[in-house]
Amino acid sequence: MASPVTCSVTIRIQEDDFDIAREIALLTKSRTDIGAVVSFSGICRADEDSANIAALTLEHYPDMAEEEIRRHVDEAISRWPLNGVTVIHRVGRFMPGDNIVLVLTASQHRQAAFLAAEFLMDYLKTSAPFWKKEESEAGTGWVEAQARDDEAAARWTRS
Amino acid sequence: MKVKYFAWVRERVGKAEETIEPPATVHTVAELIAWLSSRSEAYAYAFEKPKVIRAAIDRAHVKSDATITGAREIAFFPPMTGG
Repeated sequence: MASPVTCSVTIRIQEDDFDIAREIALLTKSRTDIGAVVSFSGICRADEDSANIAALTLEHYPDMAEEEIRRHVDEAISRWPLNGVTVIHRVGRFMPGDNIVLVLTASQHRQAAFLAAEFLMDYLKTSAPFWKKEESEAGTGWVEAQARDDEAAARWTRS
Repeated sequence: MKVKYFAWVRERVGKAEETIEPPATVHTVAELIAWLSSRSEAYAYAFEKPKVIRAAIDRAHVKSDATITGAREIAFFPPMTGG
């Protein structure tokens, strides 16, 4: 009989940068049941709708942000056989090329890890309380939510 | 109850949080938005498009018809753009 899957969860909101290789090593350390790790990183882009982005500021709702991410991590664990999940979201002011978000999902096989990473990112974009403000040559303004992100999240809704 | 504002809602209201005592006739999130909007031009500007505004009660997302009875912390913010 297979032993029950234990899933280690790390959720962090921080100003500091993260080291992807180190986070993967922490997730897989002294475990031999993991056969697949999917890593997604979101990076600050230099251009948005043909405007040159000079900087991006990330604001969040402390406490709720952690709780909301945890709710979706718990749902991902209930939907797929995951061995580990790491979500790190940075806040503060970023330049193009800077890391913003990291999602790692670990499983025995790749499919669960791919699906769970995509599911978590779709929900991070639409339901975790973070807001981006852009500074560009056109001025400073809050980023508008995209309908395509809502559509991406909606496809995971169970009927 | 404590009210928190984020992103452009915070900028328009002009503060990040405050403690309010709405009248007993205010039962829902939508009614609270209407009551806040009546307080000053800054609030009216922040909530000029109430359908765009998202709300959370005690750090969980709620719809505009949610009851505010017993809420300790209510937050108002624009649609989220993290990730």
